[in-house]
Amino acid sequence: MGRFIIRRVIGMIAVLFAISVLVFAIFNVIPNSDPALRLAGRNQTPEQIAAIRAQWGFDQPLYVQYAKTMEKVFSGSLVSYSTQTNVQQEIINGIPATFSLAVGAALLWMTVAVVVGLFTAVRAGQFSDRFLTVLALIGISMPVFWIGALMAYYLGFKWHIFPNGGYVPFTKSPVQWFYHLVLPWTALSLLFIGVYSRLLRSNVLDTINDDYVRTARAKGLSERNVLIRHVLRNSLIPIITLWGLDFAAVIGGGAILTETVFDLQGVGQYAAESVAQLDIPPVLAIVMFGAFFVVFMNTVVDIVYAALDPRIRLS
Amino acid sequence: MNDRKPILEVRDLAVSFATDEGVVQAVDSVSFDLHEGEVLAVVGESGSGKSVTAMTLLGLTRTSNVRFSGTAHYRGTELIRATDEQLRSIRGKEIAMIFQDAMAALNPVQRVGKQIVEQIQAHEQISDADARDRAVELLERVGIPRARERVDNYPHEFSGGMRQRVMIALALSCDPHVLIADEPTTALDVTIQAQILERFRELRAQTQAALILVTHDLGVVADIADRVAVMYAGRIVEYGSLDDVFYDPRHPYTWGLLGSITRMDRPRPKRLPTIAGVPPSLSNRPEGCHLRPRCPHEFAACTEIPELEVRGPAGPGVVEHTDRCWLTYERKQALREITPGEIGLGAKELV
Repeated sequence: MGRFIIRRVIGMIAVLFAISVLVFAIFNVIPNSDPALRLAGRNQTPEQIAAIRAQWGFDQPLYVQYAKTMEKVFSGSLVSYSTQTNVQQEIINGIPATFSLAVGAALLWMTVAVVVGLFTAVRAGQFSDRFLTVLALIGISMPVFWIGALMAYYLGFKWHIFPNGGYVPFTKSPVQWFYHLVLPWTALSLLFIGVYSRLLRSNVLDTINDDYVRTARAKGLSERNVLIRHVLRNSLIPIITLWGLDFAAVIGGGAILTETVFDLQGVGQYAAESVAQLDIPPVLAIVMFGAFFVVFMNTVVDIVYAALDPRIRLS
Repeated sequence: MNDRKPILEVRDLAVSFATDEGVVQAVDSVSFDLHEGEVLAVVGESGSGKSVTAMTLLGLTRTSNVRFSGTAHYRGTELIRATDEQLRSIRGKEIAMIFQDAMAALNPVQRVGKQIVEQIQAHEQISDADARDRAVELLERVGIPRARERVDNYPHEFSGGMRQRVMIALALSCDPHVLIADEPTTALDVTIQAQILERFRELRAQTQAALILVTHDLGVVADIADRVAVMYAGRIVEYGSLDDVFYDPRHPYTWGLLGSITRMDRPRPKRLPTIAGVPPSLSNRPEGCHLRPRCPHEFAACTEIPELEVRGPAGPGVVEHTDRCWLTYERKQALREITPGEIGLGAKELV
């Protein structure tokens, strides 16, 4: 297991390097125009552009430009030239909201999907299975900006059942934190619940006919233990992988729409606002950190996967 | 031996499945007794209903599209109509099952020790440590070297033969009174088969457990069985003690089976004899004797189903030798010898 982890971590470092080169190329090299001009944003002055060009090394070879860009991104000295704010600080300010949204939603969608998936698999073909299948398809089909906006409008703005957007830090008031996040969690989870419960249902239906499930019954285990210890455990393995990746994607910017609709002031909303302002430095940093987080979670998922399925470690 | 009360009494067992292609009659009027310490071999081709019979005894064929009739009495419990809770307490503890493909039959992501412990704890109040010690003991008993280390291995870390031993250890973990082994050696190569059979023989000597051995391998049967039930298309077509069935086979299907094994003590035939045709579809079985379309000896009476009854002189065996064939005993004696001393079904011209 130790060697397996080391191998995966070395692989991760290689991928991270490749990603950093790619991001650098996309932002600074491929658009065939002066990168200093684009970085400066809307309210630019010739002096500012000249200063940016010198600072980022745009008059020097590409590898110097790459090194300087990475230095800026990772040293925390990146600034948005439009708003004159430190990008790292803004991202750090947004992380608690984004993290709260992602963790809560991930737990919510996984829990509900396991219950719904197992239930529909056990009742396969019956009315309750078909009914929940239709619901799941509706959940998959509804875009989050639409269902989110509906929820925010009716449940928040019009009927005042829930707060009308915004984020309250957990440290300030756990109750308000929870209260403010209920709608965003739900809106973000609907799609995933639909997808995950369908996936789990088909995995369970495949697994339930496996020979070792028959063995488990022949051993005299109760039907509940057969379902949970043998069927569910084995059906969940591929879904855990997906879960890790989706969670990473949500943190890395996948919740842009949800954050914006509910005004959560997280990293995703910061990204959306920066894009709207054509403010390149924050977008550069968020893309880089998002990609890094996805790669990191991918490695974590690989390691967890190997722990869950011992057959993986051999190959 | 005969006057003892059997541990398992199966009477007129029938199992059918409703499918899109119609009703599949997998098992039909199957009756047999099993006594303590006895080995009953159930033989037949694939699809003859032998596995379904075995699994039905443990309620493992209970699905929404299945229909049962008949009875199976195990020590005062009727297994076919038992409640799930009654069955649960019998499964693994009283009657345990050994499956064919241990690779598929063991949970791939659970340590083998844990799989054994789980079964013990399903039936007994016992601490984790004690259950684990017993798992180690069991693995040692079935001949797994370094059992204390290997108890924490996963199934894929064992060789095929060792995996089958794990399966046997699992089945033995609660000292069952009846063991059902469904093709336990089929997935193994011949040398490993021999080792596993040796294991069964030792177990026979050590425990009083009765064994139902489901197989299509007559070599295995000759090695270990006391009694033999030959199944064809869901029915037992011949039943008797090992010697009776092997030396005085009375059903043409048994002749065919016996004729199709290679024998070291005979000159090698150019082609191994086979039984012409294919087993009938279980959703549309032939009228009367199910072997009729494949049997070269069929005659007018065969359109009626023959009962399983004694149709010849008593042999040396301790149980009645019964079969389902309308031919007279004298005709059978004449027809089954293809060449002097050699048994076979004979050729059938297929139209």
